[in-house]
Amino acid sequence: MARTADADFKTRLQALLPKLVLSPSLALVLVFVYGFIIFSVYLSFTDSRLLPSFGWVGWENYSKLWRLSHWEISLTNMGIFAALYITICTVLGLSLAIFLDQKVRAEGVIRTIYLYPMALSFIVTGTAWKWFLDPGIGLENVLQTWGWTTFEFDWIKNRDFAIYTVVLAAVWQTSGFVMAMFLAGLRGIDNEILKAAQMDGASNWNLYRRIIIPQLRPAFLSAFVILSHLAIKTFDLVIALTGGGPGRATELPATFMYSYTFSRNQMGIGAASATIMLMTIAAIMIPYLYAELREKK
Amino acid sequence: MSAATQDTAIRTGRVTRTLIYLILLLFALFYMLPLYVMVVNSVKPLNEITGGGMMNLPQVFTLEPWAKAWSSAQIGVEPTGLQPYFWNSIKMVVPAVAISTILGALNGYVLTKWRFRGDTILFGLMLFACFIPFQIVLIPMARMLGLMGLAGTTWGLVLVHVVYGIGFTTLYFRNYYAVFPTELIRAAQIDGAGFFQIFWRILLPSSGPIAVVSIIWQFTNIWNDFLFGASFAGADSQPMTVALNNLVQSSTGVKEYNVHFAGAILAALPTLLVYIVAGRYFVRGLMAGSVKG
Repeated sequence: MARTADADFKTRLQALLPKLVLSPSLALVLVFVYGFIIFSVYLSFTDSRLLPSFGWVGWENYSKLWRLSHWEISLTNMGIFAALYITICTVLGLSLAIFLDQKVRAEGVIRTIYLYPMALSFIVTGTAWKWFLDPGIGLENVLQTWGWTTFEFDWIKNRDFAIYTVVLAAVWQTSGFVMAMFLAGLRGIDNEILKAAQMDGASNWNLYRRIIIPQLRPAFLSAFVILSHLAIKTFDLVIALTGGGPGRATELPATFMYSYTFSRNQMGIGAASATIMLMTIAAIMIPYLYAELREKK
Repeated sequence: MSAATQDTAIRTGRVTRTLIYLILLLFALFYMLPLYVMVVNSVKPLNEITGGGMMNLPQVFTLEPWAKAWSSAQIGVEPTGLQPYFWNSIKMVVPAVAISTILGALNGYVLTKWRFRGDTILFGLMLFACFIPFQIVLIPMARMLGLMGLAGTTWGLVLVHVVYGIGFTTLYFRNYYAVFPTELIRAAQIDGAGFFQIFWRILLPSSGPIAVVSIIWQFTNIWNDFLFGASFAGADSQPMTVALNNLVQSSTGVKEYNVHFAGAILAALPTLLVYIVAGRYFVRGLMAGSVKG
C-alpha cells in the first residue's frame, strides 16, 4: 500500500514538475511586469507627486498632460524622429542589403563593419557623436581649420535642427541591423523564380521591384515593428547626445516621463505619460506577437 | 563572372559593380567614423583636439587619457576614474546573465516538451514583457526594491535585469528546443528518465550554440543598459554606462575630450570584444529577437 502511494506521489510530482519549474519565472513576470503596469496606470489617476499617493483624481493628470507645452514638444519630436528614423533605416538597410547581395568581395568584413554599432551602448554612441558634431571642436571646427572658413554646422546646438542629430546617431546605430534583416530575407528568396523571370527578359530593376521586394514583406514588417518600438523607447541616446536640449528641443516622451517623475515631482503626470507610451507600443506589439505565435502552431 | 551567375540570377555590369563597391565603401567609412574619432582622440593631448585636429592622427602619442579615464578622472564628486564602475558592471552582469539564461533554458524546455493548455498565452505574456517601455515599471520597481531592502544595490539591479530578460532567453531556448526531436524525449521517458534527467542528459548537451546566443544577448543588453542603472543604482553600484555619462556631462572644470573618448572606449570594449569574437552568435540573437526563430 505504502509503496503504491509513494509511487503515486512520485508520478504526480513528475506531472507537476514542469509547471513548478515554470512558475518562478511566471510569478516574476506577473508581479514585476503586469502587476507593476496596473500599479503605474492606477497612479496616473491619483494625486501622486514626490511619492505615490492614492487620492483619486480621475482624468486630471491626462488633461493636464495634454495642456503642457513640454509634452507637446516631446510628441512633435517623437513624430519627426520616428518618421525619419524608421524611413531612413528601412531605405538604407534595404539598399545596403541589395548591394551586399551582389556577390561582393569581402562581404563578411563589410557586414561586420555595418553591424558593430549595434553592440555599443547608446551612451557611447551619444558621446562620440556629441563631440564629433560639436561646432567648437568637431566637424565645423575641423573643416574651418582645413581652409573652408565659411563652413557652418551647428545643428546640435540649434533648436530647430538638434532633433535631426538624434536621428543621425540613431540611424548610425541601427541601420546595419536592418540591413542584416533584409539580407537574411534576400537570401531566402528562391533563385529559380528570378532566373525564369530573367529568361522572360525582365531587367534588374523590374526584378527587384516586381518580384524580390514584394517577397520581403515579412522583413519589412519585422523592421517596422522593431524600429518603431525602439523609437518610442529612445532615452539613453538623447540623454548622452543632447540631454534633451538645447532648451527642450530634443525632449522625447521617455525623457519627459523621467524628468516629470524624478526631478519635477509630478509622479501622477509622469505615470500618465508612461501609460500613453505603453499603449502606443502595445498597439504595435500585441497584434505582431499574436500573429507570430499563432503562425507557429 | 560566369561562375557567379550560376547561383545568383542578378547580373550586373562593370560600371554598376564599381558603383556598388563605391557606395559600400562610403558607408563603411560612415560606420567607422565615430570609432575612428574615439580611438585617435583618446591617444592625443587635449590641445591637439581643441586646436581643430579632431580628424588628424595624433602628433604626440600619449596613453595619459586612458590612464586618467580608468583611474583618476572625476566621476560625480570622487576622482576615482571609471575603474570601480567597471567592476560594478561586471558584478551585476555576471549573475544576471547566468540566472536569466538558466531560467530561460528551463522555461524553453517546459514550453516545448511539456506542453499544457494555455502555454502559448503564458509565453506571449513573458515575451511582451521584453518590449514594454520600461518607464511604465520604474515607479513601482523603485518602491518594490525599497521594500525588499535591495534599493541601490547590485543585487537589486541583478533582479531587475533577470526579470526583464527572461522573455528573450525563454524565446531563444523555446525556438531552439521546438525543433529538437520529441521522439527522443518520449523514448527516454519510457526508459524511466525523469523531468530533470531528460533535460540534463539529452537537451543540455546539445544546447551549446543557443546558450552562447542567449549569454551574448543578455551580456550586451545588460552591460549597455542605462535606464535601470540611472534609476536604481546607488553610489557604490552604479554601472559603467551611468559613470561614463556622469564623466562626459560633468560641467565643472575643463572638458577633457580625450579622457571622454578613452572612457567611451572603455565602456564599449567588453561588448565590442564579444561582438568581434562571436559576431555570428550576436547576429543570430538579434535576428531571433525580431524575425521568426
